[in-house]
Amino acid sequence: MSNIHKDYEGAKLGMWLFLFTEILLFGGMFLLYAIYLAKFPSEFHKGGDELDVVIGGVNTVVLLISSFFVAISITAIRLGNKKACLRYVYITIACSLIFLVNKFFEWKAKFSHGIYPDSEHLKELSQGENIFYGLYFLMTGLHGLHVIIGAVVLGFAVYFIQRDKINKEDFVFLENGGLYWHLVDLIWIFLFPLFYLVL
Amino acid sequence: MDNAVKAQPNFFEEKRGILSWIFTTDHKRIGLMYLYLVLAFFIVGVVLGLLIRMELIAPGETIMKAQSYNAVFTLHGVIMIFIVVIPSIPAAFGNILLPIHIGAEDVAFPRLNLLSWWLYVIGTVFALISLFTGQGPPDTGWTFYVPFSEFTTTNVSVAVFGVFILGFSSILTGLNFITTIHRLRAPGMNWTRIPLFAWSLYATAWIQVLATPILGITVLLVMAERILGVGLFDPAKGGDPILYQHLFWIYSHPAVYIMILPAMGVISEIIPVFARKHIFGYKMIAFSSLAIAFAGSLVWAHHMFTSGMSDTAVLIFSFLTFIVAIPSAIKVFNWTATLYKGSISVRTPLLYALSFIFLFSVGGLAGLLLGSAGTDVHLHDTYFVVSHFHYVIFGGTGFGLFAAMHFWFPKIYGRMYNERIANIAWLILFVGFNVLYFPLYVIGLQGMPRRYYDYLPQYTGGHFISTVGSWIVAVGLLIMFVNIFHGMRKGPKVGRNPWGGATLEWFVPSPPPLLNFEEEPEVTRSPYNYKGVEPDE
Ligand code: HEM
Ligand SMILES: [Cu+2]
Repeated sequence: MSNIHKDYEGAKLGMWLFLFTEILLFGGMFLLYAIYLAKFPSEFHKGGDELDVVIGGVNTVVLLISSFFVAISITAIRLGNKKACLRYVYITIACSLIFLVNKFFEWKAKFSHGIYPDSEHLKELSQGENIFYGLYFLMTGLHGLHVIIGAVVLGFAVYFIQRDKINKEDFVFLENGGLYWHLVDLIWIFLFPLFYLVL
Repeated sequence: MDNAVKAQPNFFEEKRGILSWIFTTDHKRIGLMYLYLVLAFFIVGVVLGLLIRMELIAPGETIMKAQSYNAVFTLHGVIMIFIVVIPSIPAAFGNILLPIHIGAEDVAFPRLNLLSWWLYVIGTVFALISLFTGQGPPDTGWTFYVPFSEFTTTNVSVAVFGVFILGFSSILTGLNFITTIHRLRAPGMNWTRIPLFAWSLYATAWIQVLATPILGITVLLVMAERILGVGLFDPAKGGDPILYQHLFWIYSHPAVYIMILPAMGVISEIIPVFARKHIFGYKMIAFSSLAIAFAGSLVWAHHMFTSGMSDTAVLIFSFLTFIVAIPSAIKVFNWTATLYKGSISVRTPLLYALSFIFLFSVGGLAGLLLGSAGTDVHLHDTYFVVSHFHYVIFGGTGFGLFAAMHFWFPKIYGRMYNERIANIAWLILFVGFNVLYFPLYVIGLQGMPRRYYDYLPQYTGGHFISTVGSWIVAVGLLIMFVNIFHGMRKGPKVGRNPWGGATLEWFVPSPPPLLNFEEEPEVTRSPYNYKGVEPDE
């Protein structure tokens, strides 16, 4: 006898609730951002000018593309097209890697300018700029962590698809993984303008 | 009873061995594992509490130095709040009962449930590691207030990481319960037939899901501050410590409702059973749980009246705080009205329920004095606050937990404890409780600040009485636990329904079988309709 049963609606409901908690987790950071922006508007402006819009923009496009592919991977599995589905998930994971590599170079450039938390250089700048970069590293760092988690989840999806554990009838794992991926994308859609554009 | 149907093995017998427990997906076993850990840590917390009281028995240093005192009260707070009280009723009794209550075979995500338990264990382990590694146990108080928590050399990072994991566990439990209640109700179990304990778990689960992530980010930020030195809360680097307090209390005030709502749910189950009367105002009680959950999310800054917020903010938060008192009072009035003209049978669970109402009211009314900005300026961070929250948390959640333990004991073990001894233990506990905490109101009003290991001579009397009270409480707890433990193993066997309850769990065998029900239940009546329900024996 087993107490484990399948409930599609329940699984989706659970995932949505979990996504709410993720949004709230970032919500705390957005709250800090809003308050410090009000306190240090010109320093935030100055900091924003220093960020590389091109790298940020490329990463935005990369994530949007990945979101598209994860969405059509679900359509593919519903149609029973395992091969296409796998291909689309691979592309999504590849996009996450491109994103991370980009991020790496972006951070590396900042580090080489002596800009990283608690650095001597930041201590010489104004308090507002210190807070700006602090938020920048923490928020994009937390987001990057979520990119990694999302990629790992999709990696598991690949494993399950190959073993037919995810199939035409039972694809809720992939669907939930996709939802998670959309969230990661969505959060970036907010981070990008806040740090790179509006300031 | 007819034994014509071949009895299924109960959930204790289903499988044996330690592995069959720690890897179980059965909600009853998971609930019991929570319960045992919670009680074990409760005892640890009590011992720390006794040490605190011992130090305060007389002015000056008595048994420990200032630094140890800081560590001891921090540990006491962290253990009691995050490891004991928050998971106590929802994770332990919620798991054991919720599915049976609503006629389900298990929670919606049994494996996730097991993961929550494991996260609880891992979080607890981290909290313990913080004691024995690094440069000494944390000494910040359970609130981890910055900037001190950023700069103290004690092991704060490990402790807050433990709290983060415990928060994760709490979120997953809440998520599981919401889904369970939405998806797995038995046929006929519509929203107005859900037992009130399940309603209270539902409201609690929403708070767990919506408030705990804020705690998560807050403690992560404390870690980031300590490890990376970003300076978000450090005034020297442009940060603002008041923002930390906001984030912390945005979780921690709602968290007090995570602590109290399930206890209120327990009381709502016990009162009608022992008054043998339909609960008065079922819908009002159910609704007030949701109202408390909602309004309770808007009042966090009443913990910060004296920390330098704007006067407008103080005014607004003071006003909002009063609004939360309304749904709480609704519940108290409804319980009293249920008892009115009921045919009351005074059994142990009812004694705990009644003392809950009394102690919670005393604590809640003190809350109003703290919620009024004017009086709070005088009372903030005094022993008045200490007394207030012990009355509501220990007198409320603690007594609610004990009530639940005595009420559902025969269901879980199929045996009964000795009621006479249980009642004596209750009396000692109740008297000791008031001797322990009431004097603290008085010395608080007189100006005794909290979190000090030494004090001026004029507070000696109050502290002395309180310390004596702590011993009485310890004796009461000891008798209670021994009696329960003895009843678990040797108590006389009982049937399905010793109290004559009408909720679903009283119609399944005690202890219940693995999948709870012998046949799929069909609900046709209110859980508080006692017509035709007779206690057995
Ligand atoms: C429902 C159960 C409740 C619980 C479990 C609870 C718990 C607590 C705790 C743990 C604290 C101390 C926080 C600290 O360590 O600084 C506290 C303080 C406080 N409580 Fe409650 N509380 C409850 C209800 C209420 C109510 C109903 C009110 C007001 C109507 C209230 C108003 C306050 C205020 C204003 C403080 C801050 C006092 C100060 O530090 O100046 N509480 N409560
Ligand atoms: Cu509060």
